Amino acid sequence: MRRRWKIRARLKGRELQPLAERTGQIGKNAILLFATLRNEKPRLAWFLQYYRALGVEHFLFVDNGSEDGSAEYLAGQPDASVWRAEASYKASRFGMDWMNGLLRRYGHGHWALTVDVDEFFLYPHCDTRPLRALTDWLDDAGLRSFGTLLLDVYPKGPVGDQPCLEGQNPLEIASWFDSGNYTITRNHRFRNLWIQGGPRARGYFADQPRAAPALNKVPLVKWHRSFVYVSSTHMLLPRGLNLTYDTLGGEKASGCLLHAKFLATLSDKVREEMARGQHYAESREYQAYASGIADRTDLWTKWSERFINWRQLEIMGLMSKGNWA
Amino acid sequence: MSARLGFIMLVHTALDRAADVVRFVAATGSPVVIHVDASTPPAQREGLLQALAHLPQVRFCKRHRCDWGTWSLVAAMQSASELLLRDFPGVERVYAMSGACLPLRPVAELQAWLDRHPDADFIESVNVADVNWTKGGLNEERFTLWFPVGFKRRKWVFDRLVDAQRLLHVKRDIPDGIVPHMGSQWWCLTRETLEAILKDPMRPVYDRYFRQVWIPDESYFQTLVRLHARRIESRSLTLGKFDHQGKPHVFYDDHLTLLRRSDCFMARKIWRGADRLYQHFLAPREAASDAEPQPSRIDRHFARATEQRVRGRPGLYMASRFPVANRENGKTAEPYSVFQGFTEVFQDFEGWLSAVANCRVHGHLFAPQKAQFAGRERHFAGGLSDSATLRDYNPRAFLTNLLWATRGERQCFQFGPGDTQGRKFDLLWFMATDSNAQISVISGAWAVPLYRSGGDFAQLRREAARLQRIESEMIEILHAPQTRARIRIWTMAEFLENPAEPLHTLFDEIAPHSAARLMRLPDLVDLTGFGSFLQELRNQGMQPVLMGDFPTTPLPPDPSHRMK
Repeated sequence: MRRRWKIRARLKGRELQPLAERTGQIGKNAILLFATLRNEKPRLAWFLQYYRALGVEHFLFVDNGSEDGSAEYLAGQPDASVWRAEASYKASRFGMDWMNGLLRRYGHGHWALTVDVDEFFLYPHCDTRPLRALTDWLDDAGLRSFGTLLLDVYPKGPVGDQPCLEGQNPLEIASWFDSGNYTITRNHRFRNLWIQGGPRARGYFADQPRAAPALNKVPLVKWHRSFVYVSSTHMLLPRGLNLTYDTLGGEKASGCLLHAKFLATLSDKVREEMARGQHYAESREYQAYASGIADRTDLWTKWSERFINWRQLEIMGLMSKGNWA
Repeated sequence: MSARLGFIMLVHTALDRAADVVRFVAATGSPVVIHVDASTPPAQREGLLQALAHLPQVRFCKRHRCDWGTWSLVAAMQSASELLLRDFPGVERVYAMSGACLPLRPVAELQAWLDRHPDADFIESVNVADVNWTKGGLNEERFTLWFPVGFKRRKWVFDRLVDAQRLLHVKRDIPDGIVPHMGSQWWCLTRETLEAILKDPMRPVYDRYFRQVWIPDESYFQTLVRLHARRIESRSLTLGKFDHQGKPHVFYDDHLTLLRRSDCFMARKIWRGADRLYQHFLAPREAASDAEPQPSRIDRHFARATEQRVRGRPGLYMASRFPVANRENGKTAEPYSVFQGFTEVFQDFEGWLSAVANCRVHGHLFAPQKAQFAGRERHFAGGLSDSATLRDYNPRAFLTNLLWATRGERQCFQFGPGDTQGRKFDLLWFMATDSNAQISVISGAWAVPLYRSGGDFAQLRREAARLQRIESEMIEILHAPQTRARIRIWTMAEFLENPAEPLHTLFDEIAPHSAARLMRLPDLVDLTGFGSFLQELRNQGMQPVLMGDFPTTPLPPDPSHRMK
């Protein structure tokens, strides 16, 4: 099975046209970031700033036919390499074939962070310790992957009301989250946890909770060319990499990916993505959002928590220091 | 001043940091002998040599290729010690450190402190029979099996060799006169003791033996010091904590205050990128303090972390903690109360309970239409929704989430045979086997609302039969031997004979401190004619049993019940 996905990745890799190729700059132990995007220009400045501050040393982007200048903007960044893919997002398994291809070629032997441009990685002590401290610690502990909860953050008031300006920290607007309405089951096939819930489940999937999006992600991996992401960054092969949780009562160290999807840019995005029909399961997710946005759903409740820092998430049990004190 | 304290230092990576530490130590005139791992790239070693070339009291000893857990580390320490003792006759004590160690106090303070403890050898040395910190199952076997290969490089071979020797009951002889001891390899010995160890005529025998011992760097000096020392202080002056897998905890910039307040002399391991730590502790300082080292605060800090890693927080289910059944260390976060049949026999039981006890009282959280949160709110703590579909997708998670999100406030809720039960009574099984649960059942009380509804009797009879069937199964579960909850079951008839007493008992458990207060009992619902209703069910061919022996015309209970 792994072989099949690897072959796909290799074939789909041919669809990539280099726009800015700076991979020669990648140092021996550089921490790399991989992302696919389409028309996300307003988010990019903050995204780059955030991850540079954490300690990402080189960015590898696949631009899926942006028309808003995203690709050109990224190509102008000194620490980024950019490829263009005009082909179908859906046919490339929602960009994962492209990601797997780039990871195989450039990620081998590196700590690789694979995220979307609306995802912000938080790990224990991220306000005082750079990403390198985490990867050194993982190396010492013999760990190859680091698990997270995808934590949806949303604004107070209807999503469409509060636009995020270019370069602005989206967490200033989408600063609220649900602290404890997540459900977990084990996926025995891939050994990962399947986590659902949060504002998306209660806001858009209350009548079909099974269809609610998965919130388990393994974005940080010490990549080996034999690894492959299976479905987004929810799980990967070999399966042992998905065992980022403890089953005997203990807590492994884990982080959160703050998911700042619910911003004013979403409404445009939903219309666009619906028209393209390029998303998972017939864009079911986007259809659900569209119905919510049409009736101006407000995800905020009086039980919503305002995001402060990683310590708050740690105390609430959304992430864990494990034994990394 | 002629330094009486010398250092040996083992380095293999982050040589720039090691060089800074050497400069700091050497600035006071203390000699340092450095062992550079033979596998360190020559260019890096050259760099270190150049960086320290101007310091006359810094020497480099013969290099060994070091492999974790093998003899090579002892050999390195021997070489470095021999060179130090030979070249610096003024040295009275030798301190063993690594390149990832960081001095937390000026060397002069350490020297002064050592002067106050003359003749003492500071080396953690614990009899192997009493050691409880070893990880991975090898304890006394470290000394009685053969270990020809390193663990890190050849795990598989290592494990198979151990297995084979166990199978063959291999047992090496320990040389006469020594008793295996273990401890941290970062010691501080007096010249006399160290020389006695290194010049012992039996040393070739001991060396030959320890060559094949597992992790000899934690046992060679620790064992031999017992033969020669005048006074052993069994502790390491280097602060170093180990996690549950025996890996050292690492210090970062945010540990600065913790380290400063510890008053320890040396700490390891320091993350090589911890700029603030290196800046702060390697800044030139005068010796000013004669404080005793106090590692206990740091001990607690890391003990808590290990506890979190190994035991976790009870009642938490999250992305990196998902315990299998019965390994939860607490299925739920906090004690809670489940009431079955109480809202049925009392008027406004919820209102009464929340008025008298300091807790959150919900209605039927698992009611079929929607979750009845306290105050019938649409959402509740943690962002839980009252949607029945969402709740029933994973009722158990709904409960554990609720209890986790409301830590610090006791939750009470109503339950009953009419509620969502999960697959095969999954929910009740979960609660019944949870020591945090207090489950109180007035059996048969579900008949009261049926009686009061006054609907079509054939329909009521069917519903009564269904609820009785479900409640019978529930009671069977509550009687199961594996339950761990505090379970109390009364038949309705039993309960109504004297409602004050059971309520009093329950109340004592929910709010133990306010139990002395006098309070009014909640009013019972009007049960006139209930006995006849039951008789009518019997007449229709159903057999209502769970409510107990109910007289056909019940006596109205005394309304002046008071709880004391």
